Amino acid sequence: MASLQEYLFISGLLFAIGLAGVLIRRNIIVIFMCLELMLSAANLTLVAFSRFNTGENGLPDYNGQVLVFFIITVAAAEVAVGLAIIVALYRARQTVDVKELTSMRG
Amino acid sequence: MPVFFYAFAAVSVIGAIALVCFRNPVSSAISMVGSFVGLAALFIGLNAYFVGIIQILVYAGAIMVLFLFIIMLLDLKAPSAFKRSSPLILVGGLIIPFSFVIQLSTVLSEVRGGDPKALPLQDAAESFYDHERDPDNQSEIYNSLQKKSLPDVNLIGLTLFGHKGDNASIRTPGYNFPLQIIGVLLLVATVGVVALSLKRKQSKSGGPES
Amino acid sequence: MPEFFSWSILLLPLCSAAVIQLLLREMAGIAVRMSVGSAATTFVIALVMLGSEDRTLAVQWATAGSFHIEIGLIIDDLSRGMMIVVTGVGLLVHLFSLAYMKEDEARARYFAGLSIFMFSMTGIVLASNFIMMFIFWELVGFSSYLLIGHWFQKNSAAEAAKKAFLVNRIGDFGFMIGILMLWGILGTFAFREMSESTTVIAQNSSTLTGIAVLLVFCGALGKSAQVPLHVWLPDAMEGPTPVSALIHAATMVAAGVYMLFRLQLSAGIEIFEGFAGTTIAWIGGITSLLAALMATQQDDIKRVLAYSTLSQLGYMVMAVGLAGEHSAEAGMFHLYTHAWFKALLFLGSGAVIYACHHEQNIWKMGGLFQRMRKTTVTFAVGTAALMAIYPLSGFWSKEQILEAAHHDQPVLFWLAIIVATLTPFYMTRLFIVAFLGKGRGHGAQAAKEVPPLMLYPLFALSCMAVIAGFTPVAETLSPAFHHPSHSFSLANPVFLISLAALLVGIGSGILVYRGRDADPLEGNTIFKIFRNKFYFDEVYLVLVRVFQNAVAIVVHFLDDFIIGNLLVGGLVRTASGVGNLFRKLQSGNLQGYAFLFGAGIILIIYLTVFAR
Repeated sequence: MASLQEYLFISGLLFAIGLAGVLIRRNIIVIFMCLELMLSAANLTLVAFSRFNTGENGLPDYNGQVLVFFIITVAAAEVAVGLAIIVALYRARQTVDVKELTSMRG
Repeated sequence: MPVFFYAFAAVSVIGAIALVCFRNPVSSAISMVGSFVGLAALFIGLNAYFVGIIQILVYAGAIMVLFLFIIMLLDLKAPSAFKRSSPLILVGGLIIPFSFVIQLSTVLSEVRGGDPKALPLQDAAESFYDHERDPDNQSEIYNSLQKKSLPDVNLIGLTLFGHKGDNASIRTPGYNFPLQIIGVLLLVATVGVVALSLKRKQSKSGGPES
Repeated sequence: MPEFFSWSILLLPLCSAAVIQLLLREMAGIAVRMSVGSAATTFVIALVMLGSEDRTLAVQWATAGSFHIEIGLIIDDLSRGMMIVVTGVGLLVHLFSLAYMKEDEARARYFAGLSIFMFSMTGIVLASNFIMMFIFWELVGFSSYLLIGHWFQKNSAAEAAKKAFLVNRIGDFGFMIGILMLWGILGTFAFREMSESTTVIAQNSSTLTGIAVLLVFCGALGKSAQVPLHVWLPDAMEGPTPVSALIHAATMVAAGVYMLFRLQLSAGIEIFEGFAGTTIAWIGGITSLLAALMATQQDDIKRVLAYSTLSQLGYMVMAVGLAGEHSAEAGMFHLYTHAWFKALLFLGSGAVIYACHHEQNIWKMGGLFQRMRKTTVTFAVGTAALMAIYPLSGFWSKEQILEAAHHDQPVLFWLAIIVATLTPFYMTRLFIVAFLGKGRGHGAQAAKEVPPLMLYPLFALSCMAVIAGFTPVAETLSPAFHHPSHSFSLANPVFLISLAALLVGIGSGILVYRGRDADPLEGNTIFKIFRNKFYFDEVYLVLVRVFQNAVAIVVHFLDDFIIGNLLVGGLVRTASGVGNLFRKLQSGNLQGYAFLFGAGIILIIYLTVFAR
């Protein structure tokens, strides 16, 4: 089993890749997937800390895993709403390219 | 040498990179699943079996299907003339994650400790021993721990719903209220999705006003 | 007694007002019953509360650091007695209004107004700190505005409502500054914590404390209509008569006295010593004298009573300001007896006005004794109590005030004696002209006895006007009561002088007005000044006009040159320049935003982790 630092590094790496995807890609669905990836990377951090931060009896700190449970639930709801918004957006604009979605320009 | 860790970490990182690099959204979605499966394996490697399974069920199962469904619904193929992002964005989008990783690794290299230790399952069992109960009729958690298996579903449940007794090591008020709120949130999300995807009748061009 | 009851006495009238205003505007029948029901319930609760122990219920309302504002109820002898007065008079006025306002189309609005007044007045009485008191202080001003302007179709009523509101604003402005200054000095808003801060006062300069007390007194100046802010009260008689009885005679105008007494009770009498107390006492005394003089020449039955209210309020303020050993108690005691007999007089005048088909001029009444015997008798009881005839309630309280004045400020005592002569004089005038003699107007000749629903409140109030002053009753019901240290014997000079004043007043009143059909003093130059209320309104009008013009010129200059050209113009140019700059940033490009967001996070991590 690897050390805490390695887990955290992998988590950060995944997060960075997700961030890069958000910054580079122009397809809004892919951007959304990258967001999900970043969320999961954060989950990995939580689980790693939970495992290495053992309590008095030597068992993992399950509060962290409960938080992961909540994050996954909220993420599921978020995906549903987000995709519904994307569908509505596509109906309105016939595109999923964020370069063309600039109606918020000041 | 934790072989499995490196293997699955590689799976999830490669999946993530593929997710960003594929032009076709369908390929991206599939590689996202690959990445999530690797991540779930990492969870299991961290003795978080329940979270790992949930990760696979929810992300790799439900959410990926949802993504694929939407991609198919919108009929998004890989565009024939793939418009590459401008070099400026490409550079900027790489610099920021890169500096993030550098910052992270600098911090991590400073930190000591964090080496893995095996979980002392049988010792931990003692803290769940209930003196008021029959020695042969102890709780599931105690029995599992005695058999050297980690009952993490039960332990998560214990944390989630709170605990009253005085013999256990986990004493939290529980997360009942957040749980209720999450339930309401899911309901609101359901209603919101339905409301968002309703097609108004007098829509002509399908503009935002419709 | 459970806390629930204490809160419900505050919240019931509010609920009633809200329900009527929101739901029952078209259903006057239910609305009226609801309002009367809430008044009756609060009265019962106030009675039950008489037996409860002293305490303070408080809910934290706002907290900022170590600074707290709470919403709380203070329950002690003072507030319990005051609640009896407020809810008791309130209930009787509600009942009287049932008959008086029977044909009014906007009954529901009227009763909603009464309910909201009951709510706000209860709030003032029970308020546990100055902030809450100030809130409810404004609320009574608002409800008074609503009720004075109830017949807003009449121009004079709308004007009177506006005047009452604006004049009160002036006082309340000072009140607010005073509250803040007192907070600065005492370090607390809550009444129960003020007694602990008396040492702080000693350290502060007494001048500052005196100024703070005077500013707080500004609130009372407006609400209790003391000179020079008294001008709104006579005009407020444009409202329905039961409203005048409840708000502008018995309760709201007494709130100023109550507030001063509450301050004196909680912060200690020391802060009223020195120039602050003297000023307050003198203002009270002067108000009382001027108002009594003006009352002698009014023809409108309600205005006579209004000026008499002013004069009695002046008595109370004077007593509180004297800051003698028990003078403030005497003032509160007078407030309590005055509430009963003045409400009686106003409701009696309401009955008369109702019977005479809305005729208010006393010279067009006359001979009402033959036609409305029961009303006349109750009115006579009220008159006698106001004149302070032994042994009616007014006698006991007035005697205590005179005693206190005699003890502390002989000059004010003689001033009060003049008032004590004038009071019987104008009340005799009112009574003789309106009730005796022969009927002089159509309304008066056709007058009939009022319905029983009006008579019963009058009976109840005349009972109170008779018995309220006796020691056993006063001990139970009065907000503050102190056993008179002296006996009312002929050997006591104060008693003798006031008796003489009473006899002179009644005698001269009978001599001048017996059998007259018009005022014999009308042509007299001096009495003309009284009739014209010392030209206060006219002077104010001129002052307002002059100041308005001067201020308008200055403001116009400021507005045109400095604000218009320099500030606004400059700001506009600056703002549009900066706005254009920021508009460039709002590219609408999602990735641009995400990039900036990420760069910001990297920067924050750098600053917090690496750059320490």
